[in-house]
Amino acid sequence: MNPHRKIGDVILQAEAISLSFGGVKALTNISLEVREHEVLSIIGPNGAGKSSMLNVINGVYHPQQGRVIYRGEARSKMRPHEAARQGIARTFQNIALFKGMSVLDNIMTGRNLKMRSNFIQQALYWGRTQREEIANREQVEKIIDFLEIQHIRKTPVGRLPYGLQKRVELARALAAEPTLLLLDEPMAGMNVEEKQDMCRFILDVNDEFGTTIVLIEHDMGVVMDISDRVVVLDYGKKIGDGTPDEIRGNADVIAAYLGTSH
Amino acid sequence: MFYRESGQFKSSYAADSAILTIAQDRLFIAALLALAFVVLPGLGSDYLLSGILIPFLILSLAALGLNILTGYAGQLSLGSAAFMAVGAFATYNFMLRMPGMPLLLAIFLGGLMAALVGVAFGLPSLRIKGFYLAVATLAAQFFIEWVFTKFGWFTNYSSSGVISAPPMQVFGIAIDTPASKYLLTLSIVALMALAAKNMARASIGRAWMAIRDMDVAAEVIGIPMLRTKLLAFAISSFYCGVAGALYAFVLLGTVDAQAFDLHRSFQVLFMIIVGGVGSILGSFLGAAFIVLLPICLNLLGQAFHDTISTQFLANLEMMLFGGLIIFFLIVEPHGLARLWQIAKEKLRVWPFPH
Repeated sequence: MNPHRKIGDVILQAEAISLSFGGVKALTNISLEVREHEVLSIIGPNGAGKSSMLNVINGVYHPQQGRVIYRGEARSKMRPHEAARQGIARTFQNIALFKGMSVLDNIMTGRNLKMRSNFIQQALYWGRTQREEIANREQVEKIIDFLEIQHIRKTPVGRLPYGLQKRVELARALAAEPTLLLLDEPMAGMNVEEKQDMCRFILDVNDEFGTTIVLIEHDMGVVMDISDRVVVLDYGKKIGDGTPDEIRGNADVIAAYLGTSH
Repeated sequence: MFYRESGQFKSSYAADSAILTIAQDRLFIAALLALAFVVLPGLGSDYLLSGILIPFLILSLAALGLNILTGYAGQLSLGSAAFMAVGAFATYNFMLRMPGMPLLLAIFLGGLMAALVGVAFGLPSLRIKGFYLAVATLAAQFFIEWVFTKFGWFTNYSSSGVISAPPMQVFGIAIDTPASKYLLTLSIVALMALAAKNMARASIGRAWMAIRDMDVAAEVIGIPMLRTKLLAFAISSFYCGVAGALYAFVLLGTVDAQAFDLHRSFQVLFMIIVGGVGSILGSFLGAAFIVLLPICLNLLGQAFHDTISTQFLANLEMMLFGGLIIFFLIVEPHGLARLWQIAKEKLRVWPFPH
């Protein structure tokens, strides 16, 4: 861990979130805080409500109770694209790339919010549009370099292997220059080497850009290694919240998820 | 052997994102444009110009419009002919009710009217997708056809419901010969195709494709669903509207709702399916296929007209046509544009493929 990195104030606060689908309670009275520049992991068994929590944070789901306060601003019903505008980006558990487009176009789409020219200017492809395209392309190329995917720049994403697709999805999220990055199982289905790469990228993003990261992950080795704090969910309830060491010693968490060695 | 990109280095992002990145492609397009703009109007026979090329160009424009909506933005529509009809009738009424309005302005306003109607019928797309949306646009098709036949105001109370287009003039030049009609159509289609290509490679095009490929992810990235989808409907309908106005004014010389029935909508849909969904070039290839193939089959049939009855011949044409469409869909579901791309890739390494 980089000792110079400072964890700042709370930038995101979820207060007493409850979310249910019909009779199914996905989340019950969950409160959590995310501090600036930290890496926070959310862990828990399948169906614990981890992805639902991310979906609440970036506005895909609207909780029946509770509220989310992001950078001091409370919001009840916010659309995902408004969350994006406020600097929240995310990746998905099942890869959600735009299959018909090249890697470059996928990442460029991540910067669509930064482009201001209207469709008439774009139809003419002159002046502002061209300047914007080139300026944004330069930023995208920096991310491409950062994630080491130069060689597949022009490849349609559908042709890429799984590990690279995950990396492109991270690139697309980074292209938006988010302050808060939500990663839903970024390492699922990867081999050890790919996981190591992905860990390195996540830590580098956190380090170099100061991006706050909330991630869901099942690999406990990874979680305990890279997280500053860990939140544990089980059946939609929060059963643990603390540093990796605290979580490792938490009796409830051991019973529900980590298990004991016999 | 001749189609090589070796030695052509791109040294700026602008060069890398150009429409035609390879010199040979630029040369080919330049030659094609020279042929279309200079040689054909002079040398082409009247039949070639007004019987083949003008319908081909106009239907390409309609296919381009549908391709923006269905191919790029992923919103299936069966109402393209209805939006063409709106363009045609609106242009007619603008010219009728505001005497002295220039033709190009009237066509432009006709396109705008079609865009407005397109937005109105695009509203359901915010709630429904795929087949259900197709049915909703089908409603547009029937509704608009009905409106134009039911209310005499649109046809200026002409007894037959069919009205003849007024004489046309652009910048003081009368558009009355096949060559001038062809040049007018070609200029409009070429400019609008360029505009479509530009939009497709800029942020709006990426936003459309993002919605097509994965709408949840698109919204999470910050693409506003409502505005982007409605913009696709508006621009697509604008293209269809202009195509409709040209179809009525330049090709038929009459404005008639019957020319824009469901059959026309399907024809345009087939064009983009055969040509290539989500490809500007595909719109042209598909239109060429759908327009030229019946003519070729017809010519072929005439060679045998002594031995086979005309009725059988007409049916045979339909069967062959249908068979060929199915054949192309099985062999290359991404359309003729994809075949063209494969051919180019093969050509790059020809004649030494290793």
